[in-house]
Amino acid sequence: MQNKKNLFTDAMSEALVQSMQKDKNVVILGEGVTDVKGIFNTTNLALKKFGPTRVIETPVSENALTGIQLGMSLLGKKPILMHARVDFSLLGFDQLLNNAAKWHYMFGGTMNVPIVIRLIIGRGWGQGPQHSQSLESVFSHFPGLKVVVPSTASDCKGLMAASIFDKNPVVFIEHRWLHYYSSNYKKNLYKINLNESIDVKKKGKDLTILSSSIMLIESLKSAKILKKYGIDVEVLDLRVLRPLNLNKLYSSLRKTKKFIFVDNGWKTFGVGAEIFANILEKNIKLKNVPSRLACKNYPTPSSPHLSYDYYVTIKDICDEVCKCLAIKKDTKYKIQKECENIMSKVPHDLPNLNFKGPF
Amino acid sequence: MKIVNSKLRNLYELIKIRIIEEEIAKEYKNQEMRCPVHLSIGQEAISVGVSSVLTKKDYIVSTHRCHAHYIAKGGSIDSLIGELYGKETGTCKGIGGSMHMYDKNVNHLASIPIVGGSIPIGVGIGYGIKLNKAKQVSVIYFGDAATEEGVFFESLHFAALKKLPVIFVCEDNKYSVYTSRYERHGNRDIKKIIKSMDVKYIETKKNDVNDIQKKATIAKKHAISHGPVFLYSKTYRHLEHCGPNKDDNLNYRPKEEIKYWLKKDPIDLEIKRLKKEKKFNQENYEDFCNSIRKDFIYSLIKTKKAKAFSSKKLNSLEYAE
Repeated sequence: MQNKKNLFTDAMSEALVQSMQKDKNVVILGEGVTDVKGIFNTTNLALKKFGPTRVIETPVSENALTGIQLGMSLLGKKPILMHARVDFSLLGFDQLLNNAAKWHYMFGGTMNVPIVIRLIIGRGWGQGPQHSQSLESVFSHFPGLKVVVPSTASDCKGLMAASIFDKNPVVFIEHRWLHYYSSNYKKNLYKINLNESIDVKKKGKDLTILSSSIMLIESLKSAKILKKYGIDVEVLDLRVLRPLNLNKLYSSLRKTKKFIFVDNGWKTFGVGAEIFANILEKNIKLKNVPSRLACKNYPTPSSPHLSYDYYVTIKDICDEVCKCLAIKKDTKYKIQKECENIMSKVPHDLPNLNFKGPF
Repeated sequence: MKIVNSKLRNLYELIKIRIIEEEIAKEYKNQEMRCPVHLSIGQEAISVGVSSVLTKKDYIVSTHRCHAHYIAKGGSIDSLIGELYGKETGTCKGIGGSMHMYDKNVNHLASIPIVGGSIPIGVGIGYGIKLNKAKQVSVIYFGDAATEEGVFFESLHFAALKKLPVIFVCEDNKYSVYTSRYERHGNRDIKKIIKSMDVKYIETKKNDVNDIQKKATIAKKHAISHGPVFLYSKTYRHLEHCGPNKDDNLNYRPKEEIKYWLKKDPIDLEIKRLKKEKKFNQENYEDFCNSIRKDFIYSLIKTKKAKAFSSKKLNSLEYAE
């Protein structure tokens, strides 16, 4: 069903290899980048092509590695630091937030820190409280960082290339479950403009959904179901969180006047809060009560018996759309049944039926 | 003024730093330098000794107490004073302040006031040197308290593993603000720790620029040919942790200890040595001191006339274009 050549992980691998071909200063470093699994099969091709001097295995020292990466960049290198889980990067916050994020500004605009921190959000199969956090709103708070959250293979390739060749520190957050999705993308290296936060993934007229990463995929699935019932939802992909440029959202809202934000993380002080604050400041009048869908406001439970209602589902999204659009009861019921039917095919803690764990 | 006689180089570098720091201390009370200052008075020998074996192309990174490192590496005095006064002419256009001295022209790439914060950056510079196959060293200055940080051990470990051309210069002035080394380290022996991590350990405990120069020569050679060196140097600050005054009235340092270290003032030690070798000329020395004072005044006049960076432009510095 899926074209293997065009998997999200293949797109990542190609972005890395082609960027390394283009510029010999591009290097990858991190824990496990040279092991047999090659970070979910994304770094082994680079290792094969460029060897261990450019794909560098490291000790488990996240804070020092972030500073080391910064130091290397001052000598002209473009290092990509890899953490197999977002949660590990918290150990590097001193170097990332006190140093890298402020470097250009703090030293009067005379030095650049062209680094990428590549982070993976885990989900399911018991990833639990410390392996599945969506912390993009935390990173996005800090001036000087760019925060990128791709949702498709095509975006992954173009955004990664843009991140590598950006002159600033970029936090690149990919969701583990996106690795199983594929899309068409150009063979050659291409960059996606990091100054345009939003990409319109599906046009529609009834209501606007804004989301990112895996929840963008879930939003698109929901839109597809709704379409069958004559509900035409517009789906926007917030693929760059900082710098934040919401112009495309404003245009969409002026058209649909109805809005739902679907978050990958927690609601309180989350990405949605920032989005709604911007809409208020822009004085855009909505016809529905502002609605944010997000994970439950507690850390991810590990057990599947506890996590079944933790994440936002296609049913949650469709329900919310029906509520906002005052869809008739019987139609809503049919949509719910269809969602339940789709969801029942794959256990909630698995990305697909082929998945056997443990990561 | 150019230093002609190489035998006098170290003394003149020491006194240059001392005078600039003393002048800063004097001016500080006028409330125009509106940033904290961590003066290097008493600790100059390490910067001068280490820098004497470095070329312009070798790299240094530093800490909150960065003036001596910066001046000894050849950093611009005008930019230093400009930064203290928060003017556009400062190293960081007034954005960083006293704790962020750097000068790209002499490869002093950063000063960071988070304890231990510049250590991994210096290691990354060392890694960059190695990947570029260059014959340079990366010198990392830090205080004794930084050896209590996790990132210190992570960085030392990485440098040893990858055999990087890095010199870790630990300036042990015995106090982290008011807290003594003993309260923080107990009887821990740093030498054993360093050696166990497969890093060459060299120590210099005399606060004497000549001894430091000798040890730094060995350190540089070893760093380039074999890998990282830990240069442990004992020293003492004469003034308070932060600010222009003495603070011995607070009694956190034993009187005997202060007396002992004041006798080891690096400038006095060096003058004594030169006198013994009959290389010291009082008149030339005073001329040199006066020329430094004069340069400082010129810098000060220029700085006071200089404009501040426009706050309207700060926004544009968030990202490099």
